Amino acid sequence: MKDLVGIKELSRQDIEEILNTAKAFKEVLQRDIKKVPTLRGKTAINLFFEPSTRTRTSFELAEKRLSLDVLNFSVSTSSVVKGETLYDTLKTIEAYNVDYIVIRHSCSGAAKFVASHTPASVVNAGDGTNEHPTQALLDAFSILEVKGRLDGLKIAIVGDIIHSRVARSNLYLLSKFDTEIRFVGPPTLLPEQPPDNVKLFYDLKSGIKDADIIMLLRIQLERQNAAFIPSLKEYFHVWGLKKEAFSYIKDDAIIMHPGPMNRGVEISTEVADSPRSVILRQVTNGIATRMAVIYLLTQREV
Amino acid sequence: MMEKELLNEQEIERILTRITHEILEKNKGAQNICLIGIVTGGVYLAERIKNKIKETEGIDVPLGVLDISFYRDDINISKKRKTIKPTNIPFSIDNRTVILVDDVLFTGRSTRAAMDALMDFGRPAQIQLAVLIDRGHRELPIMANYTGKYIPTSREEKIKVNFKETTGKDSVLLIKQ
Repeated sequence: MKDLVGIKELSRQDIEEILNTAKAFKEVLQRDIKKVPTLRGKTAINLFFEPSTRTRTSFELAEKRLSLDVLNFSVSTSSVVKGETLYDTLKTIEAYNVDYIVIRHSCSGAAKFVASHTPASVVNAGDGTNEHPTQALLDAFSILEVKGRLDGLKIAIVGDIIHSRVARSNLYLLSKFDTEIRFVGPPTLLPEQPPDNVKLFYDLKSGIKDADIIMLLRIQLERQNAAFIPSLKEYFHVWGLKKEAFSYIKDDAIIMHPGPMNRGVEISTEVADSPRSVILRQVTNGIATRMAVIYLLTQREV
Repeated sequence: MMEKELLNEQEIERILTRITHEILEKNKGAQNICLIGIVTGGVYLAERIKNKIKETEGIDVPLGVLDISFYRDDINISKKRKTIKPTNIPFSIDNRTVILVDDVLFTGRSTRAAMDALMDFGRPAQIQLAVLIDRGHRELPIMANYTGKYIPTSREEKIKVNFKETTGKDSVLLIKQ
């Protein structure tokens, strides 16, 4: 495989191979010397057309741990502000002979476009409301680490589902395993016609009380062009995960969030900092998972 | 394709007993040594050498597992990707004599990768190499300290080592294409 554009194109076997490789890279990250010479001499460029701190730094760290040479390109300091097209930006970058392009873009389909116009391996770091495949992979890796399995779990995805590429990639990934997937949130933020394997819950308590995994999403105000919720304060009141939830959710349920989380909007401080929260573990696992993806995309002679 | 059995279960057992004694003789006991098996065949062999040291000397020698995939120099040219197993070296190798264990010594590139990896874990006093089979064709100047059997092969031939742990029976086969 040359590129990772989305989870949709991956088989269950592909996903298991990535997660297995991520496990080996997690061991590398626990050593005193957290770096391997695997991709020495190769070059990666991180093309971020949308603001991002954690995903970009996670990719950059993953690339450096693999001994790649890394270039960072951010839109605010590039020729894009002078009117250069994505295609021309790409052709310029190609002239540098890079081996990997990590791209984040506000347009759905941008990663696929780039992948089909370059011989370099392309990793989608989030394209519009389409997909964020490495987030879903790191979520799956974190679940696997804590629960030991993906099959047989009930997963509640709570919040702004319709604007979330994280929810979409997680849906594709979890659907390849024997899981029960729930979308939980206000009707304005849930799809009207969910896929057949998804159950909708318009009530927080009934949606999460017997779930093994509670995956919270950030309210994406930047992608909302209409008023989907009356106010953030009201959202927190009705849909925010607060410490009261500990009285009714499963004892071994874990709480996840792709970050950046808004304390006092989708999650309270007590929940975010509780032992049930695996949010920081997700951050660490992001590096190992992205190392695995880049390593496995390395093109081989045939 | 032709297969010829070069070593059977008993012969492998005897070879491992001999290698164990050679390790103990050369290092004057088992006090400061540790075993690191290279995934996957080397790990099975290292486990058996560990058990034999325990029987002979009464000492539980530390045993580590090393996957060398991330240190290989052929990521671009290898057609096949092997399943990676996490490395597990739960002890310090600083100032110890590390006995690297592998099933087959061929070009020497795996051994070099293993030594590169070990250097990321610490500074061993010495690294020694124990292999079940040396089939020749070295591309790097590497020689084993302990060799079970030297089997000169042609490039077209393959050596296959079967282990009880995976196939239910120990054997070494020469395969001619």
